[in-house]
Amino acid sequence: MSFMAVYLFYLYMIHTLFPENVRQPTELGADVMIIGTGIIIVSVLTRYKKWRWLWSEWLTTVDHKKIGVLYLISALAMLFRGGVDALMLRTNLALPNIQPIGANEYNEVFTTHGTIMIFFMAMPFIFALFNAVVPLMIGARDVAFPRLNAISYWLFAFGALLLNISFVLGGSPNAGWTAYAPFTERAFTPGVGENYYFMSLLIAGIGTTMTGINFLVTIIRMRAPGMTFMRMPLFVWTTLTTSALIIFAFPPLTVALALTLIDRLFQASFFTLGHGGMPMMYVNLFWLFGHPEVYIVVMPAFGIFSEVVATFSGKQLFGYTAMVLSVVAIMLFAYGTWVHHFFTMGAGPSVNVFFGLSTMLIAIPTGVKIFNWIFTMWGGRIRMTVAMLYQIAFIPTFAIGGATGVMFAVVPADYQLHNGYFLIAHFHNVLIGGTLFGLLSGMHYWWPKMFGFSLNERLGKLAFWLFFIGFWITFTPQYMLGFEGMTRRLYTYPLGYGWHMLNVISTLGAFTMGAGFVVLVYDIVWSLFKMPRDATGDPWNGRTLEWALPSPVPEYNFARIPVVTSRDMFWWMKRHHATIADQLKPNDIRELDLPKNSPVPFILGLGFFIFGFGMVFEWWLLAFLGLAIIIGSLIYTGFDYDEHKQVSADEILHIEQSLGRLQG
Amino acid sequence: MPKRGGFFLVFTRLQTRLWMLVAAGTILMPFISGCGSHYVLLHPAGPVARRELDLTVYAAVTMAVIVAFVIALLILTLIRYRDRPNNPHAYTPEWHDHRLMESLWLIIPAVVLAAVAIPTVKTTYALARLPKGSHPLVIDVTSLDWKWMFEYPDQHIATVNYIEIPTRRPVLFELTANSPMDAFWVPELGGMEYTMSGRVLPLWLEADRQGLFWGRSAQFSGIDFEKMLFHVRAVSTPSFNTWTASIRRSKPAMTLDTYHRLLRFNTVGVGEYSSYPRSAFPSITHGFGLSGGMYPVLSNHPQKN
Repeated sequence: MSFMAVYLFYLYMIHTLFPENVRQPTELGADVMIIGTGIIIVSVLTRYKKWRWLWSEWLTTVDHKKIGVLYLISALAMLFRGGVDALMLRTNLALPNIQPIGANEYNEVFTTHGTIMIFFMAMPFIFALFNAVVPLMIGARDVAFPRLNAISYWLFAFGALLLNISFVLGGSPNAGWTAYAPFTERAFTPGVGENYYFMSLLIAGIGTTMTGINFLVTIIRMRAPGMTFMRMPLFVWTTLTTSALIIFAFPPLTVALALTLIDRLFQASFFTLGHGGMPMMYVNLFWLFGHPEVYIVVMPAFGIFSEVVATFSGKQLFGYTAMVLSVVAIMLFAYGTWVHHFFTMGAGPSVNVFFGLSTMLIAIPTGVKIFNWIFTMWGGRIRMTVAMLYQIAFIPTFAIGGATGVMFAVVPADYQLHNGYFLIAHFHNVLIGGTLFGLLSGMHYWWPKMFGFSLNERLGKLAFWLFFIGFWITFTPQYMLGFEGMTRRLYTYPLGYGWHMLNVISTLGAFTMGAGFVVLVYDIVWSLFKMPRDATGDPWNGRTLEWALPSPVPEYNFARIPVVTSRDMFWWMKRHHATIADQLKPNDIRELDLPKNSPVPFILGLGFFIFGFGMVFEWWLLAFLGLAIIIGSLIYTGFDYDEHKQVSADEILHIEQSLGRLQG
Repeated sequence: MPKRGGFFLVFTRLQTRLWMLVAAGTILMPFISGCGSHYVLLHPAGPVARRELDLTVYAAVTMAVIVAFVIALLILTLIRYRDRPNNPHAYTPEWHDHRLMESLWLIIPAVVLAAVAIPTVKTTYALARLPKGSHPLVIDVTSLDWKWMFEYPDQHIATVNYIEIPTRRPVLFELTANSPMDAFWVPELGGMEYTMSGRVLPLWLEADRQGLFWGRSAQFSGIDFEKMLFHVRAVSTPSFNTWTASIRRSKPAMTLDTYHRLLRFNTVGVGEYSSYPRSAFPSITHGFGLSGGMYPVLSNHPQKN
């Protein structure tokens, strides 16, 4: 009897966790890879006795710089996953009627490609750079809410984990990264895949919203004396506008996701066919979030480029006030253009014209920015570093992406180009040419500040050229495929359309970009072991405050908070032969209260993961267990008043002396 | 700064040149292939597609002027101000403001965008309405998983995955779905429109030359959505009349049973039916009426019989 029960339980588990569509060669390959990587990590940690180090230095940290490193590592890992997805898609489309992966797997892969690249690659990459430099740029000791910052990271990380295990446990989501209702209702996508999508984005979304709040408060409340709004580096400005966008854009997404999940799990009918459901409303809610999201991922890149171009031209940013006004204008306009994602859903000419014009309007501040970047270089001395190469590649790439974007704002043109490969090429053009180039530029630029050594310039340049050339080889044919009438999300196509030639070329380009990524990873590993440590803290002849600090930055950032008297404060100091150390006399150093490490963020994230996993499979006991962990850790942290640790003046004095940062 | 970067650098120069060659080939491709007939968007077969193409090309060329200017300016800047010894061009690290120039590049994009915006508004309104005084052929379209059903309310016939239309007469497609969303698209005749359950969206197209055009769903709707293909044959009015008459005469009727078989999740070939159940469009789109849609149906849309 008991044997029967165990056997039935075993059958149930096998069929739930490994349904038919998961028992495929590629997915088994993924299984082996995941388990293999896990074994390697565990054995390396055990061999070198690093478990305690991992826990106390990283998993429980609340230091914004370490959280930045965690975000960066996660983002690069997700870039790898999303990139492998992209190569699988391109391989499937390389020639007509070849299907290395079948229809269902193709649908899963394009869904996870989009979801991962937007939510689990671009977003954490952006937060990595926010965390790494924004507090340093404004002269702060940490973000406003350090523990909340760690909670944000762990919610993101466990959300990402939840989405990633879907491929091997129960099946991945397969309805596209936009997950339009009513297709995502149970009637059309049974199984747990879509549950994973909604649940993981809900969890990561809470973290993202909290990051937005955190950085908004940090920038408004924690600037050093004299750091007025109009003296802030432009990256800080774009962080501010991005945070504001996040705070108002994520609630509609949360609502849309939660309502669909309630439809799926509890048989409600917010977006179902029949029973009064209104699927169109999902589309509205999704893009009410989705369009600001486009600017959430591209505005930080604008900020990065504004820093990079000034530093490597050795010149002040041209038109600072116009730059600030245009990011604010873009932030405001971003909420007024979402309908351009569905002109062809019958809104009627007046609505379409309104949103077409509002979309064109947003091109004006963007154009202003592009001209200002070029004129920052005009009259400068341009140094062709890797960070600057990405900037230079960005300008024409983004200009072309923007121009094709304006073509979509031309409503009648959109009727023909919508959902075709022209659209695919356009948004990859702005997302890779804008966001990814920006993030890679920022990564190369701030890498020495984060890790204390630079990346190898020659390897970086090789990776850059592979990315840049590979990018155009991939997406020029896709623009043309749009005019040949190829629509998106086809897993294969017959010979007769004449699409094969361009698809072959596009696939070659995708693999060139893949090679670029391999070189980038090699560059990182090579530089980790071979590059000399950076002793100056200012390898690029930088302009803003973060370069006034040693690399890597001590835990307390500034021994004494600097007084800011000028835009590009560090540049001003260098011109007047001043240093931060000048302001620092041994008597000035006082003991500091720093935020103390806490296990709560990690455990809270784990609770959300267990809760999410329970919800996905509708195992309510597990979900309640997760919920109990969440509530328990919230109550614990609410009554935990022991949040600070003291660092004595002697200790700081000692660190500053050993870094050679103390006068007299 | 160490010079060497390990084994990846061995082929750098050769690789770079090779890729430059491939890139150049890619960019030249459309000119070499001479914009062949595969480029369906460039070979419009009707006034709607033609107006859309004209506007697309106009917008592309206008934007290309600005993009070309930006790229030229960038290249000039890079040549003049690269950091090299004895650069003769003045280094002005404090120059950061020029009121006139900044207003200039606020105004220039605004003017160019206005030049794109005005025809956009005109064409959008023009294409949203049927030409004045026209008597369109009405075809009711229902997207199903994963096939297209067409009903001709005036001719009382129905087809699956295939339609014939007369040339030089506007065709009003009334689009709905009995499935998740799809998008009805015949690129040679004109732009797409979504099909959605519980709503009827109008789309008018017209063919001004005879021919066979392909159409497909442009919105992902599940595992077999790439097979949601149909063909449109544009013929002269007399041939069209002959075709409808022959269907009425020789093809079977579509019963409710036939319709329910079409509702199954599968793909089917072409079908032609001499009649169809009156209730099929659109009242049985999942059993609920058309009231409560988000947007009103166009006011000049002709009454159905």
